[in-house]
Amino acid sequence: MPSLIDLMLEGRKIRQHSPWPRIVVDAHLWKYAAGELAQGGWSLLGLWGEPTTVHMAVIDRDTAEVAVISLDCPSRVYPSVSQHHPPAIRLERTINDLFGLTAEDLPDARPWLDHNRWGVRFPLSDRIDALSTTAPYRFLAAEGDGMHQIAVGPVHAGIIEPGHFRFTASGETVVRLEQRLGYTHKGIEALMRGTSVERGAELAGRVSGDSTVAYAYAFSRAAEAVLQLAVPERAVWLRALLAELERLANHLGDIGAICNDASFGLMQAHCNVLREDVLRASNIAFGHRLMRDVIVPGGLGRDLDEKGRASIRAALDNIHIRFPALIELYDNTASLQDRTVGTGIVTSALARQYAAGGYVGRASGRTFDARRAPGYAPYHDLRFEVPVLDEGDVNARVWIRIREVEQSLSLANQVLDRLPGGPLRVPVAAEAGPREGMALVEGFRGDVMVWLRLDGGRIDRCYLRDPSWFQWPLLEAAIEDNIVADFPLCNKSFNCSYSGQDL
Amino acid sequence: MRKLLFQSFFRGPLTEPAPALDETAVEELAAALKRAARRRLGRSLSIREIDAGSCNGCELEIHALSNAYYDVERFGIRFVASPRHADVLMVTGPVTKNMRDALERTYHATPDPKWVIALGDCARDGGCFAGSYAVVGGVSQVVPVDLHIPGCPPPPVTILQGLLALLDRTAKTAAST
Repeated sequence: MPSLIDLMLEGRKIRQHSPWPRIVVDAHLWKYAAGELAQGGWSLLGLWGEPTTVHMAVIDRDTAEVAVISLDCPSRVYPSVSQHHPPAIRLERTINDLFGLTAEDLPDARPWLDHNRWGVRFPLSDRIDALSTTAPYRFLAAEGDGMHQIAVGPVHAGIIEPGHFRFTASGETVVRLEQRLGYTHKGIEALMRGTSVERGAELAGRVSGDSTVAYAYAFSRAAEAVLQLAVPERAVWLRALLAELERLANHLGDIGAICNDASFGLMQAHCNVLREDVLRASNIAFGHRLMRDVIVPGGLGRDLDEKGRASIRAALDNIHIRFPALIELYDNTASLQDRTVGTGIVTSALARQYAAGGYVGRASGRTFDARRAPGYAPYHDLRFEVPVLDEGDVNARVWIRIREVEQSLSLANQVLDRLPGGPLRVPVAAEAGPREGMALVEGFRGDVMVWLRLDGGRIDRCYLRDPSWFQWPLLEAAIEDNIVADFPLCNKSFNCSYSGQDL
Repeated sequence: MRKLLFQSFFRGPLTEPAPALDETAVEELAAALKRAARRRLGRSLSIREIDAGSCNGCELEIHALSNAYYDVERFGIRFVASPRHADVLMVTGPVTKNMRDALERTYHATPDPKWVIALGDCARDGGCFAGSYAVVGGVSQVVPVDLHIPGCPPPPVTILQGLLALLDRTAKTAAST
């Protein structure tokens, strides 16, 4: 297989792009890249637009080399990637909604984020007036005797984010699930444009509340890549502590919530106590329960003192003592296992094709973890395992979380053991001329990608890609042939972000 | 499972005081909330939560209200699945244009008397998302709001305080009419 380096030799390499290369290619090479994605040599990390350019970020499956491939399309048309590689479909629909760039031969030309409520079209490019009438959204058909549809959302029964699910069922069995998202679209990428790096970090931290640390982390690292900033060691290590605490809190909440969706409330009651302990310790240590706005470009906005350190230690120790009994409870409750084992299976082929990150990928045999490869500091100095299972069912996604709780406990303790002293933050100076950078950070849900171009101290373009983009479509596949009543269970085992995807 | 359940007999309730939390404040809140809720609504207050485009941070803290530390149900406050069952709509997010219709329809599906709480900084005026082409900018732009609870997101204790404030006000309004 030709490597990314070969492609670089053929395309025009953009200077001032860090840490990985960006190559401007022609339509022929663009199609070639789409073919490589379809063949499976590369995985898609992101696909985004600018008024007359499309970009894709790819990672080589074997070498973990990363590159951004760009195609100028002054005629506002570009060759569709999703025609060859379906995981790109929703991304190309979004590029059309936001920029008015058309993917040639796009297999699904329906709008995605644009519900025709904004009053404008193509908000990130040359805006035009919205359509005067709203055509009904055409859901995909499922034909056969005795089929019925169940429409759910956007307002759901639980305390969760809004989205619409259209089930077609034959009796109890789901024949097709189609998602319709975009309800929480806030226009964050447009708000980013022209603002300062600090405001950008604030917005990034509000893309998805449960991953506020991961987003601030990814945005800050992208900004630092642009500005070639070296972050002080203490901040580098503390960032990992924050990220692991966030992962712990979310996994604990999820494990409980999944069991609760199988009507096993005891597990949730216990898990939520442990989760609350983590949030309280985080609050004492960093002044915010979700640790929002603590990671900032250049370092960290707040230092960890002795009191904070002790509270985190206490929370970690408590989980270490209490959690094994909960694992045993999960493992030994037959009625619970009956619901989770064999339910909502994602095949390893699909997980690989969609480059599904986090527990969704790792429960289906995909070993990817951004902390390991491409990797970033301080994780190469820390000991941890990346748990992987092959079953791909709800049970496997629970077990990946359980194992990751154990790993995060260990990682957080390692950071506390070896936390270096010294300064916490370096000033963020304005750069001269446009420069670009990107970062990949492993959030609890999977890899968060941020691509950033700064110009004269202002954000020119920022693209934020949530791991959910490549997980949501797999939920549609996972639920097929399962019963409707198992949907909440499957959905919770994915726990995809609506806000992160809708942006 | 039996072992775990058995242990909790001897371990005592998990609502032990947390080091950084003023437990007396929580207790005070709890007692006052109970009185006010009963005066107005008998023993229960049913809340329907609506995410009108939040980042999900507020939802996490609303969830936390139900954990063993806060146990909001002991006050007769519960979160219900349908607006038809609700006394209170708790709305989060800056209200995206894509959610505006759904919010209005949920409001109209809720029987009177009803109260609306706008929860979180962006529910007040759009917060850091104000000015976006995709955002209406605050819950009160779409439905009448009785109370705003600030925070990004507000911690569970603050949400409890907000519920108390709402109940006090509705009790006073009821007394004066």
